[in-house]
Amino acid sequence: MPQIAQLAETYSSQIFWLLVIFGLVFFVIGRGMVPKVVETVGQRDAQITSDLAAAQSARDRADEEEAAWRMRENENRAAAQAIIADAKADGASRNEARLAEAQARIDRETDEAEQRIAHSRRSALEEIEAVAADATQDIVRRLAGLDIDDVAARSAVKGAMNHG
Amino acid sequence: MAAQQASVDPMHQFTIEPLAGASNWELAGYNIAFTNSALWMAITAIVLTVFVLGGLRRELVPGRWQMAVESFTGFVDDMLEANIGKAGRKYLPYVFSLFMFILFANILGLLPLGVIGLHPFTFTSHFTVTGIFAIISFSIVLIVGFAKHGFHFFSLFVPAGTPLPMIPLIFIIELVSFMVRPFSLGLRLFVAMMAGHVLLEVLSSFVISGANAGIGTGIFVGGATFILMIGICALELLVAGVQAYVFALLTALYINDAENLH
Repeated sequence: MPQIAQLAETYSSQIFWLLVIFGLVFFVIGRGMVPKVVETVGQRDAQITSDLAAAQSARDRADEEEAAWRMRENENRAAAQAIIADAKADGASRNEARLAEAQARIDRETDEAEQRIAHSRRSALEEIEAVAADATQDIVRRLAGLDIDDVAARSAVKGAMNHG
Repeated sequence: MAAQQASVDPMHQFTIEPLAGASNWELAGYNIAFTNSALWMAITAIVLTVFVLGGLRRELVPGRWQMAVESFTGFVDDMLEANIGKAGRKYLPYVFSLFMFILFANILGLLPLGVIGLHPFTFTSHFTVTGIFAIISFSIVLIVGFAKHGFHFFSLFVPAGTPLPMIPLIFIIELVSFMVRPFSLGLRLFVAMMAGHVLLEVLSSFVISGANAGIGTGIFVGGATFILMIGICALELLVAGVQAYVFALLTALYINDAENLH
């Protein structure tokens, strides 16, 4: 077993070189490089944590803004509905008033027209009576050779027309 | 060399040989020859440095290499936090160096570099080396323990709630189990690495002897052994990782005793 057989001659060199080389490893790698590696990992973890927190707060803000927007939107919608209802009611009442006015005008015009018609008819009838009385006087003069006065002719025509 | 002997010597792989011209180097009367063991320590250190350097790009979105390095530091960091707590952070440089150095040494020693003529050497299969690691870890425990708690550190050997008459006995038992820790720590790694390498060497000598004895034995004994060796190699890779982990984990647990003193 060389570990024991060579112990006396090699122990000092083994110890010396191990201490030198492991010492170098400890100071160069352990003290020099490892803290930097660990620091990088720490920085990355911190970065990830802060990024996640930022994302979370951004999402919260977005949620809040959406809720506010929804509320504003609902208010606007309600206001718009109210305006539309007002306009509708306004329009309807104005329409009604105009309709009533138009109806009144139409009624009035109809009445006037009817009066005019009645008047025309009456004057036409009088004219017919006059014409008929003239005709009657004429006919009687020609057929019977009698002269009847105007009044008699007229009353006779009137009586005939009333019966007829 | 093993090839010239009739049988393969499974222990020869652990022999330490000074490299050219270095056998007489001395420091204060002690021999510090640059050996194959020291060479593989240096190779391990260089490979480990290259590996960790690749993870030092410090990008926010890591590439594969950086991810690999960060998962190793994260692994050791999590282990320290789980066993010691927040105070474990300051031991990260030591425990990470220890874990990665042992892990890379174990795995580099298993590489089949013999195929291209190189001679891999597993310095963690020498108790001189594992013993030093154990002593360093144990010294940290003692220094932290006494610096932090003073003589109160001795209460570590008296578990809470021990009846008064039992205290002297329990104190001695706990003291012995405490003092055994560095030995068990160092020997565990040394034994595990040596046993695996000896097993692989013995099995490979079966393949060679079987092949030398004829085609029939070569196929029957050598083939079966070779398949077994493939399985054992996979197991040894696992052991290489597990032993490095166990060494680092026990170091963390012992430091926890000193740091938090139950």
